[in-house]
Amino acid sequence: MHTATTHAPSHGHGHADAHEHHEPGFWSKYVFSTDHKMIGIQYGMTALIFLFFGFLLMLAMRQQLAYPLKPIPIVGNFLAKALGDDMAKGGVMQADLYNAFGAMHGTIMVFLAIVPLAFGAFGNYVTPLQIGAPDMAFPRLNMASYHLYFWGGVVMLASFFVPGGAAKSGWTSYSPLATLADRDHLVNGQTMWLIGMVLLITSSLLGAVNFITTIIQLRAKGMTWMRLPFFVWAQFVTGFLLLLAFPPLEAAGIMQLVDNVLKTSFFLPSGLVTSGGPVPISGGGSPLLWQHLFWFLAHPEVYVLILPAMGVVSEIIANNTRKPLWGYKSMVYAVLGIGFLAFIVWAHHMYLTGMGTKISTFFQTTTMMISIPSVIILTALFISLWGGSIRFNTPMLFALAFLPMFGIGGLTGLPLGFNASDIYLHDSYYVIGHFHYVVAPGTIFGLFAGVYFWYPKATGRYMSELLGKIHFAGSFLCMNLIFAPMFVQGLRGMSRRMYDGGATYFGGGLGADPGILELNKVITHSAVLLGFFQLPFIFNFFWSLYAGKKVESDNPWSATTLDWQTPTPPPHGNFAVEPVVYRGPYEYSVPGAAKDFTPQSQPG
Amino acid sequence: MEIPYTVKPRPDTGLYNAKVGIWLFLASEVMLFGALFSSYILLRVGAPDGFWPDVATGWPHGLLNIPIGTFNTAVLIISSVTVVMAWAALKQGDFSKFRRFMLVTLGCALGFLCIKTYEYNEKFTHYVIRMKDGTAVTGHLDINGHSPRFWTLATITDKKMTSVKVHVDVPNQFRYPVGMKRPEVSHEAGEHGGGEHAAREIKTADITFLQAFVPATGTFFAIYFTMTFLHGLHVFGGAMVLGYFTFFGRKMYESDPERMTNRIEVGGLFWHFVDLVWIFLFPVMYLL
Ligand code: HEM
Ligand SMILES: [Cu+2]
Repeated sequence: MHTATTHAPSHGHGHADAHEHHEPGFWSKYVFSTDHKMIGIQYGMTALIFLFFGFLLMLAMRQQLAYPLKPIPIVGNFLAKALGDDMAKGGVMQADLYNAFGAMHGTIMVFLAIVPLAFGAFGNYVTPLQIGAPDMAFPRLNMASYHLYFWGGVVMLASFFVPGGAAKSGWTSYSPLATLADRDHLVNGQTMWLIGMVLLITSSLLGAVNFITTIIQLRAKGMTWMRLPFFVWAQFVTGFLLLLAFPPLEAAGIMQLVDNVLKTSFFLPSGLVTSGGPVPISGGGSPLLWQHLFWFLAHPEVYVLILPAMGVVSEIIANNTRKPLWGYKSMVYAVLGIGFLAFIVWAHHMYLTGMGTKISTFFQTTTMMISIPSVIILTALFISLWGGSIRFNTPMLFALAFLPMFGIGGLTGLPLGFNASDIYLHDSYYVIGHFHYVVAPGTIFGLFAGVYFWYPKATGRYMSELLGKIHFAGSFLCMNLIFAPMFVQGLRGMSRRMYDGGATYFGGGLGADPGILELNKVITHSAVLLGFFQLPFIFNFFWSLYAGKKVESDNPWSATTLDWQTPTPPPHGNFAVEPVVYRGPYEYSVPGAAKDFTPQSQPG
Repeated sequence: MEIPYTVKPRPDTGLYNAKVGIWLFLASEVMLFGALFSSYILLRVGAPDGFWPDVATGWPHGLLNIPIGTFNTAVLIISSVTVVMAWAALKQGDFSKFRRFMLVTLGCALGFLCIKTYEYNEKFTHYVIRMKDGTAVTGHLDINGHSPRFWTLATITDKKMTSVKVHVDVPNQFRYPVGMKRPEVSHEAGEHGGGEHAAREIKTADITFLQAFVPATGTFFAIYFTMTFLHGLHVFGGAMVLGYFTFFGRKMYESDPERMTNRIEVGGLFWHFVDLVWIFLFPVMYLL
């Protein structure tokens, strides 16, 4: 709101002095930077670290699923020491630890890894460049967003070490479970989770305000709405989703916090009894209320996870097919349609709560409707490939892989949207398979594509193609080996969130089916392998900073959009001269044009 | 390159950046309070029937102080008017007039918060007591002329008190929604002005439950305290920002009056929103 100025007004002449170039010190350059590119990089690095951490939590869980009640290799003893016997007695993962890791894996992946990477990092770095702006509209607010995110992450990490351990009630934190778990500890994991979430939500809200304002106000001269690159549209809609969907979760988070700390009963029904007897509360609250408020955010949130990746992929596909995107306008209307419909599908996660058949039918209908715009975008991207002379570089490989992966994730979602079939599939590994196809091989591939694509702009050097291709091939194979078997397990009835993967159920004679439990081993080994295939990426990322092939020009991919019309790397203020836009975003291979691409800023 | 439109409006949108920003922020605030009001509705619809003195399990009525609430509403509305006048004064280039109006606004904010604190305190000293025979009363404890806060049954038993003196509330017409019958109250002691009976001694042994009007006492109190506290935080935050410009804004005003005026406009928009929330909160919590 009041953050547009970054300097003392006492100099008497407004902001003419903002760009005296004195070399900023370490703190103001790397930590308290207000430059959107540095903030984007801060977001990116922090988010990648959290992505890796979330993955490690999952590896520990996967080991337990494949080899129930065997000590965790390498870190088992450390965990036993650090977290105590309740969590990891003798290095073996206890149920509480599995639940804590599971809840934190989900939370970290969604709120601390993917959203910050997709929206915070790519959105920050690329959006102002693509619309021809010198920075975000509110640079100091931007810095505040990052810092709130960072501290939210710190609180989440610290929660592992409070008495009772981290939150254990799933990333969904359903009440009453979330309120009753560890109720005897004044500060427990769930309380920390809620405090962390309030920080993260505030960060996202400030970010959303900033992004939307930037896109509305700071578009360069001539950059009309229909000349915006699709990436910017995706970020724009994402901003609105965050802006309007997060506050209800913030409200819910505050109420659950009050339930936990002041012992109220917002989400606790009357007559609640646990193994310890009746719970001493006033009761009268509504567990369903939490679910409504949670999913009112969490459904739009899945579009927050996917839309930026779609935006990245669209840019890369247009660039590497050397063709305009097919149906750019319909893609724009589709993404706006998703933005609206995303707010009225949330209760498809609640078919089994007994909220009534009429309500279920309503949400089933809207859910089927929202699949239409998603299909439009995916189809448009597929058709865009048609007849292109495709350059198969690393970014393009990841972008191409995104399409079928997201396709599988999306199509397997339809049976979950019909309430009749969802009754069977709900809370099974089928669900885990479905949404991971969207967020892991889907979104993550899209984001990897973006890293390889914009790396030359940010650093002036390419990442190694060879290492990139190894990274791609290995990840593609492993991702599918991990998540495809989950569909089979789920269809055969294996539940999610079971700390021994269902060994006690199936092994205990309840429809013994060792076949699907064997698959647990395949999945776990593939997950470990997936981890190894990230090493080329990590190495490549740092090694190329110093030793990567230098770019030949400011526009190494021969791209049309404004982000490539800046010096490399872009300086503070981004553009050497104020850019003016004369044409649409994807003028590739225009008949009669001098080159096979015509930048948006080229007059005539 | 400079960030454009920080002060002057962008021609095609007609807005400067901060104004777009504040409207977006207010949209998210609408969703925040919208979710809380929706929760209020859901909790209330799901609550069992039950009025005074069944305030811990039912949905109580008339326990909030309506005259004081009305007064506070007026205070906030006045502050909303003065914040506009302050902005107008700045537009006319009269800084000291701006300051005067702003001081009234800040005074209102402070007054509002003080009154709210007083109201909270009134609730924390007000108790619901349930007896073994199934009856219940509400009222203030009287411990040697003092009215303690936050006591529970455990406090009394810990102090080894065999009985407590309570000024029991009389069911007045506000404690029942329209159309509900008021129960007869038959006590020897006569009614006196504040809607309270004279003191009554209640034996500790007869009491099964004793709790002040705190959030944990019932979902009505939970949502009342949560929403009004959150609103109070907004009042506080808004007052801090406006106060900053009132006391430290002169330099900015002298170097760049337009920017300063914009900021007051943006701050004023936020202030109006905070008032608006109260205008919904007051009838919903106090009257309905
Ligand atoms: C790429 C490596 C990943 C693997 C191997 C993996 C594996 C798993 C598995 C097996 C579960 C189910 C645990 C259980 O129910 O017992 C799970 C849960 C979950 N995962 Fe992942 N995941 C990965 C990445 C991601 C990413 C990128 C996201 C980001 C959005 C994510 C979000 C979630 C969520 C939200 C849950 C549900 C947690 C809960 O039950 O509350 N995962 N993951
Ligand atoms: Cu959903």
